[in-house]
Amino acid sequence: MLLQFPHSPVDGTAVIAEKLSEGSSPLHRLDPRVKLCLALPYAFLVALSESVAVSCAALALGIVLVAVARLKVGLVAARLRVLFLFILLLWITLPLSMPGTAVYTIGRLSVSLGGLQRALSISLKSTAIVLLVISLLGTSTVFSLAHGLSHFRLPKKLLYLFFLSYRYIYVIGVEYRRLRDAMRVRAFKPGTNIHTYRSYGYLIGMLLIRSFERSERIYHAMLCRGFQGRFYLLDHFHMHRRDIAFLLVMSLMLIGMGLWEWFLTISL
Amino acid sequence: MGMVSNNILIELEQVSFAYAPLRPVLRDLDFILEKGEHVSLLGANGSGKTTLFHLIMGLLMHYSGSLRVFGEERRVRKDFDEVRRRIGLLFQDSDDQLFSPTVAEDIAFGPFNLGKSREDVLWIVKETLAVLGLEGFEDRVTYKLSGGEKRLVALGTVLAMRPEVLLLDEPVIGLDEEHRNRFVNILKESNLSYIIISHDHDFLEEVTNKRYLLGGGRLQGA
Ligand SMILES: Nc1ncnc2c1ncn2[C@@H]1O[C@H](COP(=O)(O)OP(=O)(O)O)[C@@H](O)[C@H]1O
Ligand SMILES: [Mg+2]
Repeated sequence: MLLQFPHSPVDGTAVIAEKLSEGSSPLHRLDPRVKLCLALPYAFLVALSESVAVSCAALALGIVLVAVARLKVGLVAARLRVLFLFILLLWITLPLSMPGTAVYTIGRLSVSLGGLQRALSISLKSTAIVLLVISLLGTSTVFSLAHGLSHFRLPKKLLYLFFLSYRYIYVIGVEYRRLRDAMRVRAFKPGTNIHTYRSYGYLIGMLLIRSFERSERIYHAMLCRGFQGRFYLLDHFHMHRRDIAFLLVMSLMLIGMGLWEWFLTISL
Repeated sequence: MGMVSNNILIELEQVSFAYAPLRPVLRDLDFILEKGEHVSLLGANGSGKTTLFHLIMGLLMHYSGSLRVFGEERRVRKDFDEVRRRIGLLFQDSDDQLFSPTVAEDIAFGPFNLGKSREDVLWIVKETLAVLGLEGFEDRVTYKLSGGEKRLVALGTVLAMRPEVLLLDEPVIGLDEEHRNRFVNILKESNLSYIIISHDHDFLEEVTNKRYLLGGGRLQGA
């Protein structure tokens, strides 16, 4: 799901690394429609939740799902690294900037309890959401997700926009690297100077023009095959009993967590 | 038009075309493709070979002169619907042609546009893959295919529309021996008329029997 460009695209045939989606765990084999149905409500619930207990439960569920999906620890860690940098920033700024009871004072700076709580809550929630999304959506290829989405009565054009962006981001990525390498072999070294900025400007401009020209060629190729503005799909998903069971269990847990959150807020 | 007219598939008379004013790419060009002809189109880079193909398919408008395809004058957008149904254009870069997630889906795109039923389309997909020697490729993801497989599937997306004429833009460039040979065999076994842009003389020798050279905006027999 999350993109990585491989480093040696000789002829543009190299593959987009969808490493998380490679696997044969029960989660990988689930119908993508089921996973799509669950990912968004879970993400919303966790994002909106205000109780630490519910956030912890979601985090635990995320960890369990990652384990069930048998995702490689290294791959998951790579996804979390970026998030943790951001979280670290919050732990530094929030306790110092939020007003509230001081738990500790260093000179004129005071560390507030409210700030600490907020930082903890955001850390738990964001980690939980990333783990849930990785284990639910990361375990399907983008194309099967796009395919799955097409069963939800979304506008086809939106869907194709989604898929085509994904389909061609890679091709544009290859073009980017080709241009960058062309600069490198002529001894280009980025620095903090006008020459660097101008060169990057040309690079980006060139990339935009090429992408535009490519989009035109793709459209032309579609016209040549009789495109009239309509998209068709040869669908081939079948819901199995295990898909329904998973959907049911996960939905019940979602409702449970929602109720739990609700009781905690009204009892406050 | 006379008696031979029903054998003429494509006929250009005094066609001129320019992307930018005062810099014509094609200049008073004459060309005829007859039924059953296997033509190669040579010419330096930038001489306008691709432009000529795109003009025939109605992807470029506003030419001067006369362009007749299947016996009728083609000038405005609507005239080209029939042309695109009956002529298949293979683009130079297969990434431009293959935009669907799976091979089956991409091959199905054209037949669906022609209004074929799902059953017919599934059958066409199967048959097309058999012709290409790519049985079992239905669910392969298009952008993960090798260069040679991509080019064959791209040809398949064109063949699936059952065209009468093929326009092939550099079809075997960058292909290995094996895929190139498959291309040769598919062309030889088809009974289509076609025009091929290529710089590969061995390939042209095998699959074409008539040569044109594009230079200075005009065609010469070669
Ligand atoms: N979209 C375009 N806009 C402006 N000029 C173009 C465009 N496409 C091609 N040309 C120019 O037209 C000429 C013929 O191009 P093309 O038909 O692609 O040549 P060939 O296929 O023979 O290499 C070239 O000089 C090229 O730069
Ligand atoms: Mg060309």
